[in-house]
Amino acid sequence: MQLIINGEAQTIAATTLSQLLAALDYEGDWLATAVNGELVHREDRGEHMLNDNDRIEVLTPMQGG
Amino acid sequence: MLDLYGSQITSRLFLGTARYPSPAILTEAITRSKTEIVTVSLRREMAGGRNAGAFFDMIRALGVHVLPNTAGCHGVSEAVLTAKMAKEVFRTNWIKLEVIGNHDTLQPDVFALVEAARILTGEGFEVFPYTTDDLVVAERLIEAGCQVLMPWCAPIGSAAGPQNLSALRSMRAHFPDVPLIVDAGIGRPSHAAIVMELGFDAVLLNTAIAGAGDPAAMAEAFAKVIDAGRQAFGAGMLEPRDMAVPSTPVIGKAVFA
Repeated sequence: MQLIINGEAQTIAATTLSQLLAALDYEGDWLATAVNGELVHREDRGEHMLNDNDRIEVLTPMQGG
Repeated sequence: MLDLYGSQITSRLFLGTARYPSPAILTEAITRSKTEIVTVSLRREMAGGRNAGAFFDMIRALGVHVLPNTAGCHGVSEAVLTAKMAKEVFRTNWIKLEVIGNHDTLQPDVFALVEAARILTGEGFEVFPYTTDDLVVAERLIEAGCQVLMPWCAPIGSAAGPQNLSALRSMRAHFPDVPLIVDAGIGRPSHAAIVMELGFDAVLLNTAIAGAGDPAAMAEAFAKVIDAGRQAFGAGMLEPRDMAVPSTPVIGKAVFA
């Protein structure tokens, strides 16, 4: 499936958001996900089915001012 | 004691966490400043986000309040989504709401800011809006549900110090009971002293400390001057006048001629 992950087009064989995070090797409980501009809560990632050309954002804590 | 959405805060210095030479120096600056509130951001990171995990663990271990920001957002929907994602990560209702309107000055887009603030307060967020020193915008932000205002005193990172003292003074007079925090533009401790003497409640600093030769020592210097400025405001200061007033009493003066 073709997905746009943090602005980059990638082909990944994942059907749910949880599977995608595992495939990308994300770990920990300190990241937030959005699909097509909508927040997907951590408890909903397992059921959230992905579709071709979905735009996925994975954000993590960073230094800020 | 400063009340921010029901949290009682002792330190009137809020610290940004960006641009420090190392995590160890950031930690030392946080410790020596005695700050209780640090700002953090959210960014895209590939490769599993392990750097982010280490950073977040370090901040959590310090036991301070985390104030996530929406830095770099340029529109209402982007800022609102970033705020929601920050809540997911940091598990706080606090959000430092930034909606940038101009690339060169990083001036807030105050129209989008008010709209985003209204949406977020409606969803239970406790919004700390990064705004200009415009009084009418400040009124709109209060109407939108903000209980704190964070006006700039100069552009972010400029170190230019307070550019419009009369606007800051008006804001203080107009909102006597709203916590006012100067966010952005402070370059040196004397700048912080000026705004604290005006009666502002706190100062948010990042570049002035992170970019100093010795950030931890500078953090401590700012902490002292912010306390001194606050104490001076409470103690009541003289207004300047044109003519001299003798400080030594004239009565009882010897007459030699």
